[in-house]
Amino acid sequence: MAVSIQNLRRYGKPAVFALLALPALWLGREWYYAYQGLESGLGWNPVEAFHQITGDWAIRILLLSLAISPLSKVMKSPKPILFRRMIGLFAFFYVCLHLLGYVWLDKAFVWPDIWQDILKRKYITVGAVALILLVPLAVTSTQGWIKRLGARNWQKLHKSVYVIGILAVAHFIMMRKGFQLEPLVYAGILGLLFMLRSKALMKKLRP
Amino acid sequence: MLFKKRNSWDETENAVTSESVYLNRRKFLGAAGLSIGSAAVGLSAVSNAQSERPLKELAYKTSEYSTDEKPTVEAAVTNYNNFYEFGTSKGEPARNAWRLKTTPWNVKVDGLVENPRDYAFEDLIDMNALEERIYRFRCVEAWSMVVPWIGIPLASIIKKLNPLGSAKYVRFETLADSAQMPGIRWPVLEWPYVEGLRMDEAMNPLALMVVGLYGKEIPNQNGAPMRLITPWKYGYKSIKSIARITFTEEQPVSSWTKSAPHEYGFFSNVNPEVSHPRWSQASERKIGSFGRVPTQKFNGYGELVADMYAGMDLRVNH
Repeated sequence: MAVSIQNLRRYGKPAVFALLALPALWLGREWYYAYQGLESGLGWNPVEAFHQITGDWAIRILLLSLAISPLSKVMKSPKPILFRRMIGLFAFFYVCLHLLGYVWLDKAFVWPDIWQDILKRKYITVGAVALILLVPLAVTSTQGWIKRLGARNWQKLHKSVYVIGILAVAHFIMMRKGFQLEPLVYAGILGLLFMLRSKALMKKLRP
Repeated sequence: MLFKKRNSWDETENAVTSESVYLNRRKFLGAAGLSIGSAAVGLSAVSNAQSERPLKELAYKTSEYSTDEKPTVEAAVTNYNNFYEFGTSKGEPARNAWRLKTTPWNVKVDGLVENPRDYAFEDLIDMNALEERIYRFRCVEAWSMVVPWIGIPLASIIKKLNPLGSAKYVRFETLADSAQMPGIRWPVLEWPYVEGLRMDEAMNPLALMVVGLYGKEIPNQNGAPMRLITPWKYGYKSIKSIARITFTEEQPVSSWTKSAPHEYGFFSNVNPEVSHPRWSQASERKIGSFGRVPTQKFNGYGELVADMYAGMDLRVNH
């Protein structure tokens, strides 16, 4: 039995919201434990763990948002699109937590050091660019902005999420020491999503 | 007669988990891939895995080289490790290193040395000469610990081995056995892990061959059965689970230098003035605290080691 759009709006959206909020709630609780000096899921270096976990979730949810339109094409249904904005905004939310962890927990708001980092350390430069590019997308995510920009322009702007995806994965690969598997898995998923997209394009172009 | 009526909430005898299964549950979880679930949410750091080997207490004397700083909690030292042969996350070595078989342990000694041959652990380490050295330990990732190591000066081992006068460097190699070290199935680095010291660095009284930690034998994840500690250098220089010692005329190329020469030089001395491309080295976070403290040149051991680098440009020779 197919789920109606109405039911997806009423039950599906809150469910997805709760699911995507879970890692943040967990992080909040474990951070509180760590800060109190109790045993915490963030382990022996909570600042480092906070960076890693917010970064992991930001990139996972970003890739999930990128998977929505190929998914709706595969399903031949617009239903997945219902969740796209929420997922995209959650990606932005975890990116913000990631940034907050960096400027607050790691750098204690010492702006000259942060600026030095952005200039000097390429993986931080790449991450900062990805984050800045994400801001206009988050701002223009409302219905009002779609109208103001016009659907066509809005869509054009929001395609930059693919560039952000590449930058985010690059940031991850560059950050890890040595030749590690995990960031390459994300790169692989990103590559797959690109392939699905270009295939869809090819179909469209065919007479 | 005493018949106990079975209550609905009672477990039958055969439903009780056997002790061996209970004790080995971590292995079962690992085999079932269940630990991946918790790692995905980031819970992995919680577990306090122990190496299977019971760790014997050691007899040792204290040393004048010890700092009076308060040691980091033992659980942090044994559960927060970089030992990529057992996995690249900090928690994996403690979970995986039980596979490493540390007895018997042989060390191949070769190169420019009077009598190249295999030595047993017992031939190299004089267990009656152990001393405890509480050293500051500084990782290149800009965190630090204070660790009560137990070992013997590397110099005493080198003297015993009788290197030839032409030997200018010591090269160390870690064991690389994929059956015992799951991490080496992926080429994060070129295995086996290689590190090296210049002969004068190796003979420096601070250089310690470590076999113990917190009064006991060293756990596998910390580099059992024998590892190096050079407290004035970044942690990665302190090679773990040493399986081969080679005396050479040429400067050895370490695994990290091979992987990223721009980031990891041969000397790797702790130096807040030389910025690493990835982490600022000006300050560090002590494990167990939230803030950062300024990093000291040579990790605070300059008085004992700075002479060795007189006239060298430590920016070039980083």
